[in-house]
Amino acid sequence: MSALSQALWVLLLGSLLGLELIGKVPPTLHTPLMSGANAISGITVLASLTLIQKAGDNQALLLIGALSLGFALYNVVGGFLVTDRMLAMFRRKGDS
Amino acid sequence: MTTSLLTDAIDLVAVLLLGLGIKGLSKVRSARGANQLAAVAMALAVVGLLIDIQPGPLAWLWIAAGSAAGGLAGLVTARRVPMTAMPEVVALFNGCGGLASLLVAVGVALFDSAEADIVALVSIAISVFVGAITFTGSIVAMAKLQGWLDTPAWTQSSVRHAVNIAMAVLALVGAVLLPGDPAGLPLWLLVIGSSLLGVGVTLPIGGADMPVVISLLNSYSGVAAAAAGFVVGSQLLIVAGAMVGAAGLILTQVMCTAMNRSLVSVLFGGALGAAGASVGGGGSEAGYTRITSCSPEECAMALEQAERVVFVPGYGLAVAQAQHALRELSKLLENHGVEVSYAIHPVAGRMPGHMNVLLAEADVPYEQLLEMDTINPEFPRTDVVIVLGANDVVNPDAKSDPTSPLYGMPVLEVDQARQVFVVKRSLGAGYAGIANALFELPQTAMVFGDAKAVLNGLLSELRSMGVGKTKVAA
Repeated sequence: MSALSQALWVLLLGSLLGLELIGKVPPTLHTPLMSGANAISGITVLASLTLIQKAGDNQALLLIGALSLGFALYNVVGGFLVTDRMLAMFRRKGDS
Repeated sequence: MTTSLLTDAIDLVAVLLLGLGIKGLSKVRSARGANQLAAVAMALAVVGLLIDIQPGPLAWLWIAAGSAAGGLAGLVTARRVPMTAMPEVVALFNGCGGLASLLVAVGVALFDSAEADIVALVSIAISVFVGAITFTGSIVAMAKLQGWLDTPAWTQSSVRHAVNIAMAVLALVGAVLLPGDPAGLPLWLLVIGSSLLGVGVTLPIGGADMPVVISLLNSYSGVAAAAAGFVVGSQLLIVAGAMVGAAGLILTQVMCTAMNRSLVSVLFGGALGAAGASVGGGGSEAGYTRITSCSPEECAMALEQAERVVFVPGYGLAVAQAQHALRELSKLLENHGVEVSYAIHPVAGRMPGHMNVLLAEADVPYEQLLEMDTINPEFPRTDVVIVLGANDVVNPDAKSDPTSPLYGMPVLEVDQARQVFVVKRSLGAGYAGIANALFELPQTAMVFGDAKAVLNGLLSELRSMGVGKTKVAA
């Protein structure tokens, strides 16, 4: 039960941190911020990896794990790159 | 939960960097670095986990296959997607994140739930529920933004509430029965009920509110990740998911405020306008009686005389892909000695901040993009305002007419300027389906046509007048 309460504490503190991190956002950054936060939510790759590890030699579970890893990584890689592309355009002067 | 000390250390660093990343993303100066920081944090987290779990050869094979497919697809999508399609792509990515959490939970429920305790089973139920809603909701949002899906009529009636409640009940029954039989029928009830609920909730929402929905779904995918963290027992996942979930909620709230919409009315009000009583069906042109229209030539003459010009770019500009033509026109005017700036409404474009991205892509200097609060006091001393495909965000009724559905929404006060030209394809109503009093003001003239065509027309007119003789380098 202590593992659970520990996890709940982590959940609570993480949520509070998230609420505090973003106070004022200039409208310019709404779209990149959403896209960046979206990439971070692909952190569920960790769950996919754990699932694959736990699968042992269960082919069906391995397949589900790999599928979920693929989708999560699509979110992560695509999300970070797209955010970077958007933010790269905000440079004041420089080569386009 | 045997975690090596090294992994613990790496996880702590990763959480710290993720937090700094999210924080840095909310400031223009640090945003790009912050995004890279978050990416590094993510890589660290993955490495830390791999060190900890030491996958066997078979697991490595599947990890490699999944990573290669997902990573490569992400790379290609991110490279190929045009900036105008950004809202759809964020929705698509988000849906895939939700699907990943959903799959993890379903996998554990089907094959690994033999000795799962009640906490694990509840976590599975939550993860499936939120993951499925995120997935189907995001895909519907993407399809609607792409124009692949319309808003079906029945979703605007109260029937949809009954349908959605039925789906929610179905999902709830599945969730309650899940602990008794984790791999059986209840799981599928839950999956199907939540998936359909995601569709049913997103489908009625109009295009103008879609950014808010995507932001909210983004928050959900954080929650789904945190729930998946409970399922597999990963604290890092719980923290990161909770952080994104909470931050996404704040961002959603910020967006709602900018649009003067409450989250509740976005989610349950149906499409704006369609729900309002006074609005005629499907963008009717009736109601307008005193419209003046003019040719690009007349508009060019006004520009040639002006000392101060403000452009108000909107959705129509993005659709017409006219941001480069606009940039060229403003360069020409600047060479002619005209003071040019751009008035950016917080929700201009298809998503808050989207217009800034589009104009930055066309090389518009960042300093020329003025936010609403900065530009509004400037309109009275502006000679010419050109509204390009924006509509509701310049509607003066939002300030003066308490019966207007837009009443109270902060708008750009372009009616204060000496002369206003509205470039628009037709007199059809805006996203919100509401008539715009601006069009009938004596100082307003409509220039009908596609934004890009009109801008190119203005360019050639001005050039033939000899404006900006010194050729501007492309």
